[in-house]
Amino acid sequence: MLNQLTISELAAKLASREVSARAATQSCLDQIARVDGKIHAFISHDAADALAQADAADKEISSGVKKPLLGIPIAVKDVLAVKNQQLNCGSKILGKFISPYDATAIEKLKAAGAIVFGRLNMDEFAMGSSTENSAFGVTRNPWDTSRIPGGSSGGSAAAVAADECIASLGTDTGGSIRQPAALCGCVGLKPTYGRISRYGLVAFASSLDQIGPFTKDVRDSATLLGVLSGVDPRDSTSVPQPVPDYAAALDGNIKGLKLGLPKEYMIGGLDPEVKAAVDAAVKQYEKLGAEIVEISLPHTDYAVATYYIIATAEASANLARFDGIRYGLRVDASDPTELYSQTRGAGFGAEVKRRIILGTYVLSSGYHDAYYLRAQKVRTLIRNDFLKAFEKVDAIVTPTTPTAAFKIGEKSDDPLQMYLSDIFTISCNLAGICGVSIPCGFTNSPKLPIGLQLLGKPFGEETLLKIAHAYEQNASWHKEKPSLA
Amino acid sequence: MAAVEIDVKYVAHLARISLTPDEETKLAAQLGGILGYIEKLKELDITGVEPTAHAVPLVNVTRADEIRPSLPHDDALRNAPAQAGGLFIVPKIVE
Repeated sequence: MLNQLTISELAAKLASREVSARAATQSCLDQIARVDGKIHAFISHDAADALAQADAADKEISSGVKKPLLGIPIAVKDVLAVKNQQLNCGSKILGKFISPYDATAIEKLKAAGAIVFGRLNMDEFAMGSSTENSAFGVTRNPWDTSRIPGGSSGGSAAAVAADECIASLGTDTGGSIRQPAALCGCVGLKPTYGRISRYGLVAFASSLDQIGPFTKDVRDSATLLGVLSGVDPRDSTSVPQPVPDYAAALDGNIKGLKLGLPKEYMIGGLDPEVKAAVDAAVKQYEKLGAEIVEISLPHTDYAVATYYIIATAEASANLARFDGIRYGLRVDASDPTELYSQTRGAGFGAEVKRRIILGTYVLSSGYHDAYYLRAQKVRTLIRNDFLKAFEKVDAIVTPTTPTAAFKIGEKSDDPLQMYLSDIFTISCNLAGICGVSIPCGFTNSPKLPIGLQLLGKPFGEETLLKIAHAYEQNASWHKEKPSLA
Repeated sequence: MAAVEIDVKYVAHLARISLTPDEETKLAAQLGGILGYIEKLKELDITGVEPTAHAVPLVNVTRADEIRPSLPHDDALRNAPAQAGGLFIVPKIVE
């Protein structure tokens, strides 16, 4: 089935004219029709538009045009602007908002020939770890539909795991790509802060947000990263670093590379099956010639608290724009202040309100220094931990999550417990480094995916993906499919 | 991990979010718990530590000061909840 292929497999079949882009796209659409009623990865998708893009791609292919993603169906998290498509961020507050322009990441996908389709479900404004906080309903894990797919990019992970698309885009502010990738059994990459332009991405926490790909293997992740990366004059935080040929670096040779094991990540709440899978992966790395070094990231225990000050503070400012004046939902009132309050009270869901209010509080007069400034200083300590560790090692190996996917509803009434499920992924965003989650095993009963997290140096994606790829070459976890699909 | 008291009504007003009395009660308890957890940052000695605002600091990112195309007027108004004469309509602000 064409929808099960990777980018590189499908690209080869398209180039040799063995299959058409239309057939590949139809295969994804058929899979959506078959399984999405159970999973609900998509908020919406326009089948006719996807097929029209596929026909255009087929025309280009037959006239000999070559582009890295020509004819490849890629679905998008509902937080990125795609011109003339609805954009909701999983929220009611955007109403019937239609994007007037393409995000840079979308422009780049289109320029590379991709068929860009669908709006993938997410926690409202990317705030959450389970995709239970969407105004458009809960997304379910393809491996067990009574469980969460992770979040906030739960739709992006579930759609790739269920073969409803070839690859997808998500965003990661505190783990929102890596955590759902781990829980759904796909490859999820959070690039270094500044690697990919965020123009056209609805901001949650501007000093932490990054766009990244969900794929079925590491090679596809490298391919997409190459397409998406690069400086953009429309995003002043994008960094003018050269973009290497990431896929070319995947040579399987990691002899002599040093991998750090942070002792602070072996916490009490770590599930024994997750620990066993990660231990086995580390042994595998040793066999492949990597040197394993114990390291220390002493401020790990402060990362979640630091994150929930910085991220909520930034969110409270970023989300001020949703006020019912220029776009989206409006609840009418007799004066503007009342209009703002009523609109925001009606339009935002519980988690978004909770975070805006927390963020407003930590920035408010008399509390700014005690909370926000202190958190920014602790952030420096966390970042320094990593920079110091990277003087000794080429990458850091950890579990992506403390447990496999939990049950729908299990943590939804306890925000702090939900926040603590991101304990292994949050530091990466605070430090601004890159990280990837790859499949490294399954729990026994029920059978649920386990993710291995690799963390790399700032702009060290080439080495990071090379290390991830070397493991994948000697594993078959990423090839297993949920029975639902 | 002592819970911290927070005046939710006041902060919600600052954030321009109307809350029901039920939401206020629930949020006060939840935010109290979260802030209690956050208190652990006070354990750390941060004397002399510089704050990090952005992990990859770029400064003075500027471009040439020249006119470039921007969002057309009609596109900017296309998602407006209320508009007339090429303008957004808002409730009366000045009596």
